[in-house]
Amino acid sequence: MMDIFSYVVFFLIIAGIFSLSTLGLNMQWGFSGLLSVGIVGFFGVGAYTTAFITGPHYTDGFGGFGLPIPIGLVGAMLTSGLFALVVGFPTIRLRHDFLAIGTFGIATCIHLLAMNWRSVTRGFDGLHSLPKPFAGAGSPLVVNMLFLALVVLIVGAVYWAMQRMLRSPWGRVQRAIREDEQAAGALGKNAFSYRLQSFVLGSMLMGLSGALYAQFTGYISPQDMLPIFTFQVFVMLIVGGSGNNRGAIVGTVAIWALWTVSETILVNILPPIMARQASTIRVVMVGFILVVMLLYRPQGLIPEERVVSPEARLGGRKD
Amino acid sequence: MMQVIVDGLVAASFVSLGVVGVSLIYNILNFPSFAQGDYLTIGGYMSLIVVLLLGTAGSIMGLQFGWPLILAAFCAILLTGLIAELLDRTIFGTLRRGGSSRITLIMASFGVALMLRNLIVIFFGPDPTYYVFAIQPALHLWGGARITQNEIVVLAVTVVLVMGLHLFLTRTKLGKSMRAVSENPSLARVNGIDVDNVIRWTWFIGSFLAAIAGTLFGLANGLQPYFGFELLLPMFAALIVGGVTNIYGAILGAVLIGIAESLTVKFLAAEYRQAVSFIAVILVLMVRPQGLLGEKE
Repeated sequence: MMDIFSYVVFFLIIAGIFSLSTLGLNMQWGFSGLLSVGIVGFFGVGAYTTAFITGPHYTDGFGGFGLPIPIGLVGAMLTSGLFALVVGFPTIRLRHDFLAIGTFGIATCIHLLAMNWRSVTRGFDGLHSLPKPFAGAGSPLVVNMLFLALVVLIVGAVYWAMQRMLRSPWGRVQRAIREDEQAAGALGKNAFSYRLQSFVLGSMLMGLSGALYAQFTGYISPQDMLPIFTFQVFVMLIVGGSGNNRGAIVGTVAIWALWTVSETILVNILPPIMARQASTIRVVMVGFILVVMLLYRPQGLIPEERVVSPEARLGGRKD
Repeated sequence: MMQVIVDGLVAASFVSLGVVGVSLIYNILNFPSFAQGDYLTIGGYMSLIVVLLLGTAGSIMGLQFGWPLILAAFCAILLTGLIAELLDRTIFGTLRRGGSSRITLIMASFGVALMLRNLIVIFFGPDPTYYVFAIQPALHLWGGARITQNEIVVLAVTVVLVMGLHLFLTRTKLGKSMRAVSENPSLARVNGIDVDNVIRWTWFIGSFLAAIAGTLFGLANGLQPYFGFELLLPMFAALIVGGVTNIYGAILGAVLIGIAESLTVKFLAAEYRQAVSFIAVILVLMVRPQGLLGEKE
């Protein structure tokens, strides 16, 4: 019983951490219609940044500042935001599908740096022994429960802020630009600036997500930065409902549950010779889910609200 | 230095055959397809199936391959084309007709790419494999450069195909309709061009060149399930460097990216060759966003 409970705690922590990435993508895609194909890159930047800031001193790697964890998390968001500016500035001002190519490129480069810049990242050995919040608080289960509380608090705060943003004039302008850039432009809204803001803020959330992941597992290496993560986040948002913050969180929990449960099932039902392939089969399965959702229920489980600010409607007019 | 050019041109061959498909899809179907790299992988492995069935890649004129591999390449073209057509009917076409946004198509292509790549891993395993396991003899060129027989084949086939593509686009009715649709789809439609037919041929030509590029890559470097995906970033870079609207620009872009990559390998570090593509994309978008041969929008 305790085993199951501690597993549920563990599961919820990871799902909570990943839902920050999904919320980040929702900010970019759901709010503003921008697609980042390099989510894992920003996740990785966040993870490595916090590892440098809070981690121990390595004789063969960068970092060892040993600063408090909150500074690590803030630093992670800032660095991810900076990387987002570098790729967002030249691409978003042109055709915004260049952003897809640009983010794909930067994620590839970040992965190359993580693998090969050994004097800083320690290559495939990764950065280990990162401090875990509440480490001295008691048994591993207690530590994890406290960590879960922290994650829930952060996800709750981000959710609250994003709901406010969605319903604010800022959020309505984002939706207007997404639906019709020229019309929004005619109203004097600078589409480039709004899009860049949403892209950078979304990438910062992905960085925060990576940073929490690194603090939780105490370890980050290039193995945690495979393109499959980007894809999982796509599926989480599409299944949940892009444009809807609640959908982003529900989709993350649903897909992460499916992902973890399917591993157990596949390993048990496949003949031993195929069991090695379980993770590969899972990828195909999740790819299939994405395509089916895009074809038959593109709005997701919890669709976007058509009217985000009912009280702002002119003169209480009905549609 | 000569070696840098030789290596660069060989790398550029795979990229240029791949980027033609990316460019046609980008201009006619209006989205950058993240699946094109994996169509190369599919092509390479389809040839492998035929080579395995026949038990040999054969040998003609002292080369390391013969009719069996040539037959395999033809089968690969048909099978890859069939898969592309099937994916268009089931996924891309359905999304297109449903009025999906460009972003949705990009995402779907990313999903298709991952599925194809992982299906290859399921059927063929993650390890590298070869059509021919023999060591490739190298020829010595002037300037101390070396080139293998198979690399000469790669260059020759690429040059022939690019010239063929040029003739196809400028001399045939179908080629001209493709250019018309890429410039202005609605104008092309009112002029009686069968746009659906053009779309079908877009996928076929893209997968035709992808299958050949994949087979050539397997011949020169061997196959592994990720090689096509690793060529995707250089292909996008070639597209942007050359100018997205210009297919010749894309091929020129491929040559430049290939040379830049081999310069990086020679003078900086082999591990970072893919970073060249990203830097090229950012530089071009900052300085000359329409690309080298593109027109201002």
